[in-house]
Amino acid sequence: MAYIPHTEEDRREMLATIGINSIDELFREIPENLRVHGQLNIPSFLSEDKLYSHLAELSRRNSDLVETVCFLGAGIYDRYIPSTVAAVIQRGEFLTAYTPYQPELSQGYLQAIYEFQTMVANLYGMDLANASMYDGATSMAEAAIMAHGVNGRSKIAISRAVHPHYREVLRTYCWSVGLDIVEIDTEGGITSNFTPVDSEAACVIVQYPNFFGVIEDLGKARDAARAAGAMFIVVADPTAMGLLKPPGEFDADIVVGEGQPLGIPMGFGGPLLGLFSCKDEFVRRIPGRIVGRTSDHDGNNGYVMTLRTREQDIRREKATSNICTNEALMGLAATVYMEAMGKNGLRAVAEATVRNTQYAMKKLTEAGGKLRFQQRVFGEFVLEIPKSPASVQEALLKKGILCGLPLGDYYPELKNCLLVAVTEIRTKEQIDHFAAELKEALK
Amino acid sequence: MKKQVPVPKLIFEQGRPGRIGANIPVPNTPEVNLTEAVGEIRETLGLPEVGELEMLRHFTHLSHVNYGIETGFYPLGSCTMKYNPKINERTASLPGFAATHPMQPVSTARGNFEILARVQEILEEITGFPEVTLQPVAGAHGEMTCLMLIKAYHESRGEGEQRSVILVPDSAHGTNPASAARCGYSVKSVPTDAAGNTDIEALTGLLDNSIAGLMLTNPSTLALFEPNIEKICEMVHSVGGQVFCDGANMNAMVGTTRPGDHGFDCMHLNLHKTFSTPHGGGGPGCGAIALMNHLEPFLPTPVIRREGEKVVLLKNRPQSIGRVSSFFGQFLMEVRAYTYLMAYGKERMADISRHAVLNANYVRERLKEVLPPAHDRPCMHECVLTAQQYKKNGIRALDISKRLIDYGFHPPTNYFPLIVPECLMIEPTETETKETLDAFCDALIAICGEAISNPELLHSAPTTQIVGRLDETAAVKNLDVRWKPCKSCP
Repeated sequence: MAYIPHTEEDRREMLATIGINSIDELFREIPENLRVHGQLNIPSFLSEDKLYSHLAELSRRNSDLVETVCFLGAGIYDRYIPSTVAAVIQRGEFLTAYTPYQPELSQGYLQAIYEFQTMVANLYGMDLANASMYDGATSMAEAAIMAHGVNGRSKIAISRAVHPHYREVLRTYCWSVGLDIVEIDTEGGITSNFTPVDSEAACVIVQYPNFFGVIEDLGKARDAARAAGAMFIVVADPTAMGLLKPPGEFDADIVVGEGQPLGIPMGFGGPLLGLFSCKDEFVRRIPGRIVGRTSDHDGNNGYVMTLRTREQDIRREKATSNICTNEALMGLAATVYMEAMGKNGLRAVAEATVRNTQYAMKKLTEAGGKLRFQQRVFGEFVLEIPKSPASVQEALLKKGILCGLPLGDYYPELKNCLLVAVTEIRTKEQIDHFAAELKEALK
Repeated sequence: MKKQVPVPKLIFEQGRPGRIGANIPVPNTPEVNLTEAVGEIRETLGLPEVGELEMLRHFTHLSHVNYGIETGFYPLGSCTMKYNPKINERTASLPGFAATHPMQPVSTARGNFEILARVQEILEEITGFPEVTLQPVAGAHGEMTCLMLIKAYHESRGEGEQRSVILVPDSAHGTNPASAARCGYSVKSVPTDAAGNTDIEALTGLLDNSIAGLMLTNPSTLALFEPNIEKICEMVHSVGGQVFCDGANMNAMVGTTRPGDHGFDCMHLNLHKTFSTPHGGGGPGCGAIALMNHLEPFLPTPVIRREGEKVVLLKNRPQSIGRVSSFFGQFLMEVRAYTYLMAYGKERMADISRHAVLNANYVRERLKEVLPPAHDRPCMHECVLTAQQYKKNGIRALDISKRLIDYGFHPPTNYFPLIVPECLMIEPTETETKETLDAFCDALIAICGEAISNPELLHSAPTTQIVGRLDETAAVKNLDVRWKPCKSCP
């Protein structure tokens, strides 16, 4: 076996050194009745050539979104990924390292993480960011639990226009740790009814732009949180930050988000990247890893994992979270992406997204759809159509278009609606094609 | 000799206004008035402005001052730093997998669901449990999900309030008590006896009907197989508790013994350890869980199951704990794990644990004179040694580890498990050659000699890297976790 280099002679010499005759003797402490006898009932091994063909065959059973044009978003976006991202994260020094417990051997990664933290904080307009959380949903759930830790209150108030999966994950986490959830209702696609936000609320959570693509009124949400003495938490799309006023400028306490749009393939939804940032004053309550700059005895600058006494391996049951291994490599991908795109590139991507979205809104309404909400949007919008969205989705798939997400399963009142996403890599021709085929399907 | 690599500059100290590091998409749709479209536009955006080659060299430079498995031996105990086969990276980057969306219609993602079902099925057979879900995204996340299943199970029997305690051995990983706390449990510690096993008498004293469950790592973090495992599971079950197996050490068991046969109710796996998905500098982790049928109704949704020819997605599950992560877990990591599992197959699977255990015992044997094992028993996939004898020379386990860096090796895990004084935990894995193990053991033997003859060499180590030991106290005191262009800048 290629991955196990032992020859017969190696085994013989090693057993002789140990002073035994067979590898079996090393397992003598495992009771006989608990040992596997013979082979497991699993498939036979494949050599590398057959293995690759086998996986390639399985991959062809999918319709991938290279062939099919993707107008589906809902939290995961088909965006441009610079070729440099894969080139960097595939380097063995990064790919096959682990958590930088030995900083002297990990300065490269630690510095990249310090740059990551800086850029995520800057993107969101916050004081600092950690590195990192699993995904947007768990990052948001951790933020809610952190708010409870800060003010001791047990009611989590969350907008109904936050991604439905994020709210499902929040429900699971809150049930397990004993927190209640109240939902804040929307009107016309925007979070509006803040009456459930009272003096028992630990936090107010809104998404920016929200699940419908609508750019929420963060000032209003903040005022509701402040009036109740609750923490103000925003789930923000990093691409939109190329253009929109960041949540930090609205005095958000914690800003979290899904980092996938920052150079990470859609990958059927994993691995993803949870972004987490907050104000300075909460730094000792933040979950997960943080890298800090310090120096060695000769005065050389260097980087270490810091504020370690918050973490599970030191604090055990008193840790701020149980998170250990996180999404470092995806964080590195996002670091490469943010440095490659930079200030000018991210702005350009956000602008192109807006242009393409505006054009699609125009063309698809001309084709027979109707905008469900009359609000400003970024990158995504809710399109009402006079036919079952599922049947339209199926019809358009046959034309090579993945037209968006039918919303009925998540919002019964939107059962005639599709959530359509338009990124910077969609073209005028693709949008025109979508509009033409939609018109046809709606006939 | 100090590494001949210049200290990397921060990216923020490079570049020039106006530069861009990628050939970005240019839209061909009509221009729009941005303020009309989205409202107020932000004024500043603190990201770098560097060219593509400049940016790439920056990361190449950083990689030169970082150490991975592909750089050299990485015997970090409890982390299973085995070779991550390159074919796995190729299969995971197939566009048919990488360019799929988690919310695209099920009928258009048959290949993905087939992979998920197959990984579940193979892991069921390897662990000996009838059910597996791949939704948890890391080891600690898997532990937490198992505890949630246990919590839901007790609640379904009307015992949710009463069962408020989780037992955790004193040798356990920190994630165990932290995950228990995250599920609202209080934690009681179970001592380890002199032989390194669970202290049965102490456990008996702790068991009553307030116990929700026991979290047990097997083989333990002392790298010892728990010989009383069946009895321990029976004892906990007899008071109505559940037993969770921390599967961090599954590499010792693959194809040799199955936790599902030991009496456990559920377990987690770290696919990034046992099944070779890359550790990536601290993630992505990949944490499947396996469970017995009585916990099945509580599985996170959606449940992925083979029904006849098709793999289906079950969402309507009234007793489910709900979703624990955004979508289906770390899908592209599952593709890697599947590729790895299929490279071994039924014929070769047991070779993993057999050679992992052989390598660990070989290292243990070669080092026993200078670094005695904590327990005089065969170890499993790693060996736990103590450097206590050098304390009188002023040498701690950490000093030995730091000196190993100067010899070109990544250090083992230090000071864990907490119950072994001056602990060095060495996990070679099955993918290392005898020559590498010999060179590593020779280095450690030499260092232990230096510990007596020239302890200063160890205290000042490492001296071969771009930095020496860093001031961690100052890092906390003068917290600097975000670069700013000037001291007073916001």
